[in-house]
Amino acid sequence: MEEILKIEGLSKSFDDLTVLEDINLTVAKGEVVVIVGPSGCGKSTLLRCINGLESIEEGKVLLDGETVNPTTGNIRKLRERIGMVFQSYDLFPHMTILDNIMLAPLKVQKRDKAEVKKEAEELLARVGLSSKKDNYPRQLSGGQKQRVAIVRALIMNPEVLLFDEVTAALDPEMVREVLDVILDLASQDRTMIIVTHEMAFAKAIADRVVLLDAGTIVEQSDPISFFESPKTERAKKFLSTFEYSKQ
Amino acid sequence: MDLEVIRSYIPLFAKAFFLTLRIGWIGIALAILIGMLSAFVLYFRIPMLSGFIKFYIELFRNTPLLIQLFFIYFGLPAIGLSISAEVCGAVALGLLGGSYMAESFRSGLEAVPYIQTESAMALGMSKGRLFISVILPQAISISVPAIVANIIFLLKETSVFSAISLMDLMFTAKDLIGLYYDTTESLFLLVIFYVIMLLPVSFAGSFLEKKMRYSMFGD
Repeated sequence: MEEILKIEGLSKSFDDLTVLEDINLTVAKGEVVVIVGPSGCGKSTLLRCINGLESIEEGKVLLDGETVNPTTGNIRKLRERIGMVFQSYDLFPHMTILDNIMLAPLKVQKRDKAEVKKEAEELLARVGLSSKKDNYPRQLSGGQKQRVAIVRALIMNPEVLLFDEVTAALDPEMVREVLDVILDLASQDRTMIIVTHEMAFAKAIADRVVLLDAGTIVEQSDPISFFESPKTERAKKFLSTFEYSKQ
Repeated sequence: MDLEVIRSYIPLFAKAFFLTLRIGWIGIALAILIGMLSAFVLYFRIPMLSGFIKFYIELFRNTPLLIQLFFIYFGLPAIGLSISAEVCGAVALGLLGGSYMAESFRSGLEAVPYIQTESAMALGMSKGRLFISVILPQAISISVPAIVANIIFLLKETSVFSAISLMDLMFTAKDLIGLYYDTTESLFLLVIFYVIMLLPVSFAGSFLEKKMRYSMFGD
């Protein structure tokens, strides 16, 4: 399989705190990698390094052979090719849903307005939000906002999509509607890196599950082996936190 | 109160009203310009300039307009620069207002969450583009109530212009009282004309607030 993203010996620390240590990860085109791990293990930081929202101190992130470096001029071009959806609903509150989606294709990619509008409407229909296109973000529920955020990332035609705990702030019922959209994307062979705490979802969508703990990759394997026969003690302990039984 | 006196004074007050209004609005336009530019300097933490702007804001926020007027009107000629009373009034109002506006705009800019910047960056936007399309419209929308309050405050401050013999409303009232002792009529007209000047600003402010804040804050 053709590789699209390669992370080589990535390390990162904030002052004295080491957040990531010697991360090596290769993602193939069309692959869905799910990153799990306890809070504070560096999952979000890893995603943020991939699109250069965090500076990279040691190691490299390569998108299709090109180095991601937030201090160089080509970072903007690279970010156009890497879509990201954040945990907090980060829609632009002063714009309608349609304008939120169309801003970057028009201003960054300088695409034709009619064509962008048509695509935006198609994508909104696909996530079931056609009727909301002229509304403002404050008029939408959390789940709806997150679906719009996904569309806003998708319309840039990114080669890789990053999801940073996109359902962590949602009610259980809204989690479902957002995850269904992401499952739909997986069926279109999108390359995705997903950070999540939803284990059932991880199991269903992942081609590969990566367990991150204290800034290092502890275990990675296909979802069935990972969830049913984890190799490391750390993975077993982590997975046991999702099980409940009466003492 | 003598209605005949009031009627005969109205043209004098009307003239002063338009003078006050003109200087007031030129000063306010200047204040908005200075305030915005100052807020940008502080928001982007531009080295050197930031220190200068902070000094300017503290100096003008913490001194009365009357004293600023005296400094500009009597101080500048002492160093060989002489300006007319009208220009002096507008400049002083602009400088005082600028220091207030700067803080209002800055609070608006800083109230926009950082995640907005990050999500715009993640879409490949340049710093300039994301400031213009994402940060600034939200910041303005947030600071509208404070800006409107500043405008009303500045228009009221014009009442000290008479101190540098500008023939404004206050000057006219004091002049007429001094000449004819028609204290009641003069003060009555003074109040009426200030209300006529400020009420529309209040109403326009509420309208503007509604319009500019609808997208983010609703009705």
